[in-house]
This record gives sequence, structure tokens and C-alpha cells, in this order.
Amino acid sequence: MPGRRAGWSWLLTLTLGFGFLYAPIVLLVVYSFNASRLVTVWAGLSPRWYGALFHNEAFGAAALTSLEVATMAASLSLVFGTLAGFSMARFARFPGRPLFGFALLAPLVLPEVILGLSLLLLFVACQSWVGWPSRGMLTIIIAHATFGACFVSVLVRAQLAGFDRALEEAALDLGARPLTVLTRITLPGISPALVSGWLLAFTLSLDDLVIASFVTGPSATTLPMAVFSSVRLGVSPEVNALATLFLALVIALVALAGWLMARAERRRQTA
Amino acid sequence: MTGLGRIGRLIFIGVPFLWLAVFFLLPFLIVVKISLAESTIGIPPYTPLVAHQVSGLELHATLANFGLIAKDDLYLRAYLGSLGNAALATALCLLIGYPIAYAIARSQGSVRQILLFLIILPFWTSFLIRVYAWMAILEPQGLLNQFLIALGLISTPLPLLNNQFSVELGLVYSYLPFMILPLYGSLSRLDPNLVEAAGDLGARPSQTFLGVVLPLTMPGIAAGSLLVLIPAIGEFVIPELLGGPDTLMIGKVLWDEFFNNRDWPVAAAVAVVLVALLAVPLLAAQRFLERERAA
Repeated sequence: MPGRRAGWSWLLTLTLGFGFLYAPIVLLVVYSFNASRLVTVWAGLSPRWYGALFHNEAFGAAALTSLEVATMAASLSLVFGTLAGFSMARFARFPGRPLFGFALLAPLVLPEVILGLSLLLLFVACQSWVGWPSRGMLTIIIAHATFGACFVSVLVRAQLAGFDRALEEAALDLGARPLTVLTRITLPGISPALVSGWLLAFTLSLDDLVIASFVTGPSATTLPMAVFSSVRLGVSPEVNALATLFLALVIALVALAGWLMARAERRRQTA
Repeated sequence: MTGLGRIGRLIFIGVPFLWLAVFFLLPFLIVVKISLAESTIGIPPYTPLVAHQVSGLELHATLANFGLIAKDDLYLRAYLGSLGNAALATALCLLIGYPIAYAIARSQGSVRQILLFLIILPFWTSFLIRVYAWMAILEPQGLLNQFLIALGLISTPLPLLNNQFSVELGLVYSYLPFMILPLYGSLSRLDPNLVEAAGDLGARPSQTFLGVVLPLTMPGIAAGSLLVLIPAIGEFVIPELLGGPDTLMIGKVLWDEFFNNRDWPVAAAVAVVLVALLAVPLLAAQRFLERERAA
């Protein structure tokens, strides 16, 4: 709905709306450079909390665990989510499709405490039946891959809905094998959804506190768990610095993804 | 894929379906099972439902956990508190989100792209960090109180953190993008000619809005409301970090039951009741999102 006049009310609404959404984040970033230990008292610019952060071994170990978990979980999510998104977009009917659709959608909105508790009880039951899996990094990866796959499937499905199937049919008519069509035509065609799906699953995993807290064992602490136990006690300048680094990483990743997709788009147009 | 054949089709559907069946659907059955067990000291801390006796198999199922939830008004108040908080947050998100979505839909070209990107960006950044950011703002010695005192509006700090206000603020702040996106989707599909025609026929702007724009964006309103309401009901991080002693929300009760009381059967029963509560909005959400996709 293109507007006729972009007046004062338009500007005011957007200023207030985006001010509300971004002011807390901007303040957090600004105060991460605060020299004072008191988080809310400004005492001049200083990078000291970033230095303190690098010497915080608990955060460092947790960050490594989180990165490993997120990389594995995002990759598994990509595989399962792509297959699931394909099935929902391309197969109009198959037995159990409504249940499948429900199982793909529900994890997107269901409260995390429910997902966490139910997965934990599954892992505990499994362990007493077959002695596997022991709780820790593996169980977090499985849990994150499950809800990550649901997010990936939504993106893949949406992209496939806008995909021109004439290309696939032309390739099939010209004698390409179905697997060749899939790898040479379809997958490159939906690559933006694959890239953003992997990244989304990665950041969701990196961010998850509740599900990881339920399914983990004593051996694995993720970054959000370490941050949570620290901020429970109150605001801390080190966490501000950590949050700023996290935001910078996410924005860099999103920008990189955008740039890669734009380049792929240009290549396709010149080719 | 039309050309992949039966085996390809089986792999495409079967692999993710099997994964979800094992790691999403099956766990629910186990939750139901454990909600019928008794709490015990041991590993795992609940009694087996089927016991091997000399006389054969014996079924040990109890509804005591559900009885406890029904009797102890802590749980009832927590369910109602969650429902109330989530419903209020949904209404506030709608009131705040609608004008923002409307303004984005009225923007042109690249401005609109940038604004949309800024709405989506919070999805990518940490939920925990975004909630945490409010702690420094709302503290008694926090930035907002300092600001208000500097302006001379107040002389003593207002209690802004760890109460009902901060929980509601946190919910609205965290879930606002979930409301704006579907609203924007509906508004961007709205035919501007309809709005213009209503104006030409003499409708006042308020009449045009109530008679044309609002009914046509109902799918977006419904989808956005469900996307806020359902997860907000079971929210844990927000009541834990921003809530106070008077904050009763069921997600936090479930967490405490599990981690602090270590009563797994009661935690499972709380979860079963919560899923039952959410079943209706969840199925409604699926229908709305499928219809949105078809549109």
C-alpha cells in the first residue's frame, strides 16, 4: 500500500517505534565502553571491560562450547529443514501431512520450557533403556537441530513457492537426471533460503538458554547459560561488553549473508 | 520433485518426519507418561508406570499430580497470571505495532526495505541480551530513573524493575517484531485503490480505517496476535530477569518445579496442562499461517 503523503505522523510513528526497539540496545553498546564498574554511572570511555572479558575463562570456555554446538546444530537443521521444506512445498498430499505440518510449526511458537522439558524426559528415558545418549553437548545439538530445522523449513518452503518450476522441467526435458536437476538447478535457485536458514539456525542455537539448560548435563555449559547465571545477580559491565561483541558478530554475519546473496543474484543476471 | 521417484520422495518426507516424530512428538507422550508417575528419590526421580511383579505387569498410574495442580491455588494463579500478562502484552503489541506496520507499508522503495530489515534484525540478535538491556535501564539507580531525576520530574527513584510493569514492558518489547511482521504482510497486500475509493465516496479517515482497512487486515492481526500470545504465555526469561516476588507466570513455576524442587512428575503435569491450554490457539495459528501462505 504505497502512501500518498509521508507526513509528520509517519515520521513520528517510525521515530517512536524504532526508538523503542533500538534505544535499549544502543544504550547497552554505549555503556559497554564505560570506565566505571557501576553500570549506570558514566565515567568516561574505556575498553577495560573488553580486556576483562578476554580473561574471563568461564565465558571463554562457554563461548567455544556454544560455537561448536551452534555449528553442528545449524548444519543438521539445514539438512532436515531443507528436506522438510521440500516435502511441504512439493508434495501436495501424503499420509500424515497435517501432522507433519503441525510438528514443523509448533516448535516455532511453543514455549521453550515445554520443548526443553519434553526433550530432557526423552533423553533420560532413552538413557535408561539403551544407555545413550549421555547428557551434554550431543543432547543440546539434537535439541537445537530439531527446532532449527523447523525455522529452515519455513524459509525453504517460502522460497520454493516463488521458484519457477519451468526451469526444472526444461532441464528434465533436455535429459538431465532428477538428481542433477536438484543439485544444479533447484538447490542453487533456493540458495538464499539455505544461507539465511543456516545462519538463523546458528544464531538461534547460539542464543538459546531455556532448552539448553534443560537438556544439558554437568559437562556442557553454553554461553547463554554462563551469561544467565551472571546477570541473575544483576547488571555487569563484562556482560555488556560480551553482548556488544555478540551483536557485532550477528550484524557482520547478516551483512555477509546479504552481500553473498546480492553477488549470487548479480552473477545469475549476467550469466 | 516430480522426477525423483518413489525412493527420493520417501527420503525427502521420511527423514525429517522421522526426526520430528522421535524428537518432537514422542517426547510429548513421555511427558504425559511421567505426569502420571509419582515423584521418588533416585535416578530418574520418578516411579515406573509399569512395574514387573511376580503376578505379572502392574500399572501404576496416578492423577495425584493433576490433583495437586487443581488444589494448590499457586498453579491456578500462575496459569491465570500468565494468560493475563500475555493477553495484555498481545493487546499492547497490537496497539503499538499497527501504526508502525502501517507507516512501514506507506514508505517507499529502499526506505521500506531498510525499515523491514530493522524489524527483522531483532530476530537475529539475542533474546536474552535484549531482555537484559532493560535491567540497566529500569534499575532503581538505572538510566531511566537518572534521566527522570535530572529532568526534575521525580525526586526519588521510581520502582520500575522487578514488578508487573517491567514484566509487561519486557513482553511487549521482546514480542513486538512478531506482531509487526504479519501486520505488515497484510497491510502491504491491501489495495490502495480501496482506501482511495472509500475517501472519494465521502468516508472520513476513521470510517475508512474501521470499515475498510481493519477488516481487510484481520488475517494479519490474528496471525500476529497468536505469534505473540502463545510463546508469551510460557515465557520464562522475562519473568525471571524482570519480574519480582509478585510475578506469577507458569513458565517460571515449571522451571522452579523442575530445577529447584526437582519434582519431575509435577513439572510434567504442569507442562501437560499448559499444552492443553495452548492447543486451541496453536491449531488456530496453524490454520491462519496455512491460509496466509495460500494467499
